[in-house]
Amino acid sequence: MPDGAESAATPRAELQPAIVTEGLYKSFGSVKALDGVALVVQPGTVMALLGPNGAGKTTVIRILATLMRPDSGRAEVLGHDVLREAAVVRSLIGLTGQYAAVDENLTGRENLEMVGRLYHLGGSEARKRAGELLESLDLAEAADRGVKTYSGGMRRRLDLAASLVARPPVLFLDEPTTGLDPRSRIGLWDTIAGLVKGGTTVLLTTQYLEEADRLANHIAVIDHGRIIEQGTPEYLKECCGGDVLLQLRLSDRSQTALGAEILATFGDGKIRADAETGQLDLPVEKGTTILPEVIRRLDARGVAIYDIALRRPTLDDVFLSLTGRTAEASSEEGAAVKKGRKSRSERRKT
Amino acid sequence: MSARAATRSSEFRWIIPDTLVITWRSVLRFVRLPQLLVFSTIQPVMLLLLFNYVFGGAINTGGTKYIQYLLPGFLVQIVVFGSTQASVGLAEDLSRGIIDRFRSLPMARAAVLAGRTLADTLRYTFLVLLMVAVGSAMGFRFHNGIAPAIAAPLLAVLFGFAFTWISAFIGMTVKDVETAQVAGFVWVFPIVFASSMFAPVDSMPGWLQAFAKVNPVTPTTDTIRALCSGGEIMSHLWQSLAWIGGILVVFVTLAISRYRRIA
Repeated sequence: MPDGAESAATPRAELQPAIVTEGLYKSFGSVKALDGVALVVQPGTVMALLGPNGAGKTTVIRILATLMRPDSGRAEVLGHDVLREAAVVRSLIGLTGQYAAVDENLTGRENLEMVGRLYHLGGSEARKRAGELLESLDLAEAADRGVKTYSGGMRRRLDLAASLVARPPVLFLDEPTTGLDPRSRIGLWDTIAGLVKGGTTVLLTTQYLEEADRLANHIAVIDHGRIIEQGTPEYLKECCGGDVLLQLRLSDRSQTALGAEILATFGDGKIRADAETGQLDLPVEKGTTILPEVIRRLDARGVAIYDIALRRPTLDDVFLSLTGRTAEASSEEGAAVKKGRKSRSERRKT
Repeated sequence: MSARAATRSSEFRWIIPDTLVITWRSVLRFVRLPQLLVFSTIQPVMLLLLFNYVFGGAINTGGTKYIQYLLPGFLVQIVVFGSTQASVGLAEDLSRGIIDRFRSLPMARAAVLAGRTLADTLRYTFLVLLMVAVGSAMGFRFHNGIAPAIAAPLLAVLFGFAFTWISAFIGMTVKDVETAQVAGFVWVFPIVFASSMFAPVDSMPGWLQAFAKVNPVTPTTDTIRALCSGGEIMSHLWQSLAWIGGILVVFVTLAISRYRRIA
C-alpha cells in the first residue's frame, strides 16, 4: 500500500469505509477478468479505477452494483455484503453505466419518475425529485420531450440523473464521460464534484487521465484484473511518472547532434534525441536552476532554440510506465474490441 | 430479521406496485409508437382475410363455414405469434443497459418480466377482441351462449400470457436483438401450423398427427372452437389448462432465474 493512500486514510480511520473489496476473482471462461482485486474507498471521497480496456474496471463495478457475482472474494458497500445483502446494497447505490440506460420511448421526466417509483419513493416524491434533477442537470427544457430526440450528452446527463434519484450515498460511474464532447464532459465533472462536496462517495472508471486527475482523491491503476498501483494522483506521479523532463525543440534539425552533445554536459541522465524533429528530452532533477545555463551554452555554440519547456510527469506517464501502453493506444484497442463485441452483441464486459 | 428474510418480504411487498410501473412503461411504448400498433394490427387482419378467402374454399371442415372453423384457431395464432415480440423487446432492453439499471434498483426481482408480460397480455386482449370483431363481419358467430363467448377470447389471452414467458426466457437467454428476432420466431411455426388451427388434424400424415395431437395449440384451439360453436369442451379444456399451467411454472421460474443471474 503506497504512502499516499495511507496518509489520506488515517484521519478517517475510525469511519467505516464506504466501499471494500477483498480478493475479488472473476473468470469468463479462460479469461481471468479479476485476479484478486482489493480496494478501500473512504466515505465522501472519489476513487478512480484507471486502466486500459479489458483491465477489469467494469467487472469491479458490476460486482459492487450487485449485477454480477464474483467467483470468490468479498465486496461490501457501507458495511453490507453485495451477495448476502444485495437488496440493502441496491437501496444505497446509484449506477451509471457505459451506455446511457434510459428508455427511448419515454420522456426525460417519465424516465426519472419511473426510476423514483422503483426506488419506492412514492408518487409525489418521485415527481418532485424528477423535477429537481431535470432542473439541476440542465434538462428542464427538454423534460417533456421523448428521449429519442436527446443528444448524446443529454442522454448521459439523464442517465446520471437516474442514478441520483434516491440520493444514494454511494455512486458508481462506469466511464461516465466516454464519447462526450469536451464541454459536456466538463459540465458532468462539475456535477460530480458538487455531489462529492455534498458527501457522496464515488467510484468511477475512466480511460481519461485528465478525468481521474481532476476528480479523484485516489486512483487505483488496474491491468489484467490486478490493481498494480494505487494512491493519490500526486503520489502516483511521483512514484511512477518518471523524472521531470527538460524538453527542447531546435529550430534547425541538423543541429540535433550538436545540441545533444551540449546537453550531455548537464549529465543528469540519458538524453533522448530525435533528429527527425529536432526534439531533445533530458531528465533533470533541478530543472529551473539549470535552465539559464542551458540556454546560454546552446546560444554560445549557435544552436537556435524553437521551443523549450520543463515537463512534470503526468498521469499519462504513470499509465505508460505501469501498463506499458499509452492511454490513447489502449482506448483505441478497446474501441476495436468493443466494435467486435457489439456485432455479436456480447455484452459481457471486463 | 435476517437479510434474506428482508429481501423476501420486500419482494412480496413491492411485486405488484413495481410490476405496474413496468407495465405502464411497456404500454407507453405502444402509445408513443402508434404506427407500431397500426401495423401490428393490419397484419393479422390481412392474414385473416387471406386465409379465409384463399384457403377457405379448399379446406374441408365438414360442413361448417370456414370462418367459423378458422377464427378460433386464428385467435390462438395471433397470441402465439404476438408473444415472440417479448424476446425481441427484452433483448433490446438488455443490449441498451436498461435491464442493468433495473437490476441495480431495489425493486422486486420478478417485476421487470411480470410487467412486460402483463403489458403484452393487454396487447393480446386488444388484438383478440379486434379479430373477433373482424371475424364477425366475415360471418363468424358465437353459437354457444354468453359465458362461453366470454371464456373463448379469455382462454386465448391466457394462452398468450403463458407463451410470452417462453419468449421472455428466450430473450433473456440469447440477449442479442437480431438473434432474438430469429430464435424467438422459428419455433413458433411448427407449433402454429402442425395443429388443428387451420386444418383438421385427421387430414395430416400419421407422424404429423402424432405431433399435432400433443401440441398445446391443438387442445386450446379445440376448446375455443367448442366454446364458440358447441361440442365437447371439458376434455380439451383441461388439457389446455394443464399445458398453460405447466408452461407457466417452468418458464416463469426459468425466465426469472435468468434475469437474476444474467451477467
